[in-house]
Amino acid sequence: MKYTRLIGAFMLSAAFAAPAAAQEIRFMCNDEPFCKVLDDLFTGFEAENPGVDVVTDIVSYDVVLKNLPVQLAAGEGPDMARVTDLGGLNEYYIDLAPYVDRGYWEDSFGDTLDWYRVGADDDGIYGMHGDFTITGAYINKTLFDQAGVEIPSADADWDTWAQAATAVAEATGIEAAMAMDRSGHRIAGPAISYGARIFDENGEPILIDDAFQEYVQKFVDWNNEGIMLRDVWAGAGGGSYRDAGAEFINGTLAYLFSGSWQTLNFDQKIGDLFDWQVVGSPCGAGGCSGMPGGSGIVGFKHTKHPELVAKLIDYLAQQEVYAELTSRTRSVPAHYGVAAAGVDYQDVSAPAAAALNAWGAQVEKLSPVAFAYQGYKNNRAMFNITVQRVTQAVVGEYSVDEAMERAREDLATVLAETAK
Amino acid sequence: MLKLLNPIMRLVEIPFLLVQKRLGIGMTAWLFLAPNLALFSLFTFLPIILNFSYATTGGEAILLRDRPDVGFQNFGNLLECENVLDPSSCRNDLFWRAVWNTVWFVVFQVGIMVIAALATAIVLNRKIRARGLFRGVFFFPVLLSPVVVALIWKWILQRNGLLNAGLESLGFETINWLIERHWAFFWSTFISIWAHMGFYTLILLAGLQAIPQDVYEAALMDRASPWRCFRKITLPLLSPTLLVVLVLALIKGVQTFDEIYAFTGGGPGSATTLIMQFIYETGFGVQPRLLGVAAAAAIMLAMVLIFLTALQFWINRKKVDG
Repeated sequence: MKYTRLIGAFMLSAAFAAPAAAQEIRFMCNDEPFCKVLDDLFTGFEAENPGVDVVTDIVSYDVVLKNLPVQLAAGEGPDMARVTDLGGLNEYYIDLAPYVDRGYWEDSFGDTLDWYRVGADDDGIYGMHGDFTITGAYINKTLFDQAGVEIPSADADWDTWAQAATAVAEATGIEAAMAMDRSGHRIAGPAISYGARIFDENGEPILIDDAFQEYVQKFVDWNNEGIMLRDVWAGAGGGSYRDAGAEFINGTLAYLFSGSWQTLNFDQKIGDLFDWQVVGSPCGAGGCSGMPGGSGIVGFKHTKHPELVAKLIDYLAQQEVYAELTSRTRSVPAHYGVAAAGVDYQDVSAPAAAALNAWGAQVEKLSPVAFAYQGYKNNRAMFNITVQRVTQAVVGEYSVDEAMERAREDLATVLAETAK
Repeated sequence: MLKLLNPIMRLVEIPFLLVQKRLGIGMTAWLFLAPNLALFSLFTFLPIILNFSYATTGGEAILLRDRPDVGFQNFGNLLECENVLDPSSCRNDLFWRAVWNTVWFVVFQVGIMVIAALATAIVLNRKIRARGLFRGVFFFPVLLSPVVVALIWKWILQRNGLLNAGLESLGFETINWLIERHWAFFWSTFISIWAHMGFYTLILLAGLQAIPQDVYEAALMDRASPWRCFRKITLPLLSPTLLVVLVLALIKGVQTFDEIYAFTGGGPGSATTLIMQFIYETGFGVQPRLLGVAAAAAIMLAMVLIFLTALQFWINRKKVDG
């Protein structure tokens, strides 16, 4: 009797559990601290929608970058994910437009909605930009002070920064004056500041032009002269990413060109060991632009619950929820309403707060070319071409002219292959 | 126990005897092979056929039905070269850089490793003190994961690594080992030898121990010098084992990927990019994923490996016949 009751209870609970299992949404996410905040915010949605279970699968960035596209191509994978290849995965996204208030979304996310679209005629709403990132530079202010070198002004160009950082390196005996993350995304901002157009007048990608090549030549020369830390670009092969955050944290760099996502990392690891600050992007003929970026939350067409996925993303996009996400993850908001209202960053140190404000101030300096490049669906391929060929110029396999010629050929191949 | 087992085995035998009676001995053998063949087909033959299909299609789609047929264009593009000795003159320069890096890597890695393994095996075959310990020490790196090997050596060789710290403390100038192209290639070859030599040493040691001692004793009685003993006894009697070692090392050398990828990432530039890394990066590592080009390169690599294996069979047969 006892067992019969037990079995009965089990069957009853299974019967009740069945509808709940049918409402499960699987969310693939990388960057554990960020994902945990999201997971926490999902509980609010689950409370509003009984029977819905949002399961967050925290994975490495490589899984999102390399495995997710393969899963999606096979019609498999999670219901939704946090992605950085915004336009590249467009064919798999659910169009949220039928499920959300288009006016609210366009007012709140404006330009970033384009990053998820393909072509000028596409007006779908595909993803919520979860955190806005900007590339730019950090300096070790303590080293500048110790060297007695004045910090260049906000409109200083790359040469001025290179001179100042070199003076600091010479006075303090550190390993190198400057470093830049090994990434095609990172080098794009300075090239655009030098006047690189990336696209022709018809909007077709060209990547290399005189301005782009001029900056690359400068960058290669700085690497060869030891002004840039050679280990970062020359120390890897292929299209692999490498940053110089560890060297900056160790106090062996005066100037690091990286991005806003390092703020939390530097705040936690540098502490009060030395003073650091955000100085944004140096200027050139094309402005003082970094590259925008960040990750977005999207839903996929193959999900069995498109309406529910859209509802969940819409829930996250509401100003109050989004503000909490931004505050707790210490990121720069892509939501205009949240940005306008100001973010109350919780438990953040004075340098980190100053850095986050400095990044916020950089947004208006971003070039339209940078926005267009970030939104271009084949931008990852172009970033990879840049990394591969610029590195070959840095290590002396090619001259800058030859490397850039190769980059042009690579781009032609990519465009031909992606058009098939 | 056997008394108990025999009736059971007889019972088990009955259905097989019936099958054998109906199908004949030859067909019954195929019946037993069928499960294995089915799995082998699924996981070996099918991927090979798929690889050929991908090699003759283009675009970046993953599903074959979405990929346009391009014939042998992928092979043609890879092989299009003004001068194969100069990768810069080739349409796909990175492929040819990887090919030449692999050729030089295999020549140095296999050549030096086999000689070093032979020398080590000869020493370890002698009655030296702590022989067991040394055998373990030389074999130990084989047990390590390739990523562990790569990380250990990276820590030793990086700018502020152990080696540079040692050089600095001795008053020598430090070298950025992993940033200079030739040094990076040298160290990639070196760590590969270090990681794999123990395995081949073990095989050669077994080969050496199989040589009868009385042959050496007879040679010593005839006052043969150690060098003459090595040339006239050890080498000829060890040559079948040496051949196996050489071919195994050659095939494994061509397939090298993980430890070099983790060690240098193929850099600086493309200085240590080997053919396997080229295939991986072209097909899966970077966008767009050019699966057709990667599949074509994989087929070419397979042809080289088939050639090497056939060469081994041919030499073996020649020795047996001769």
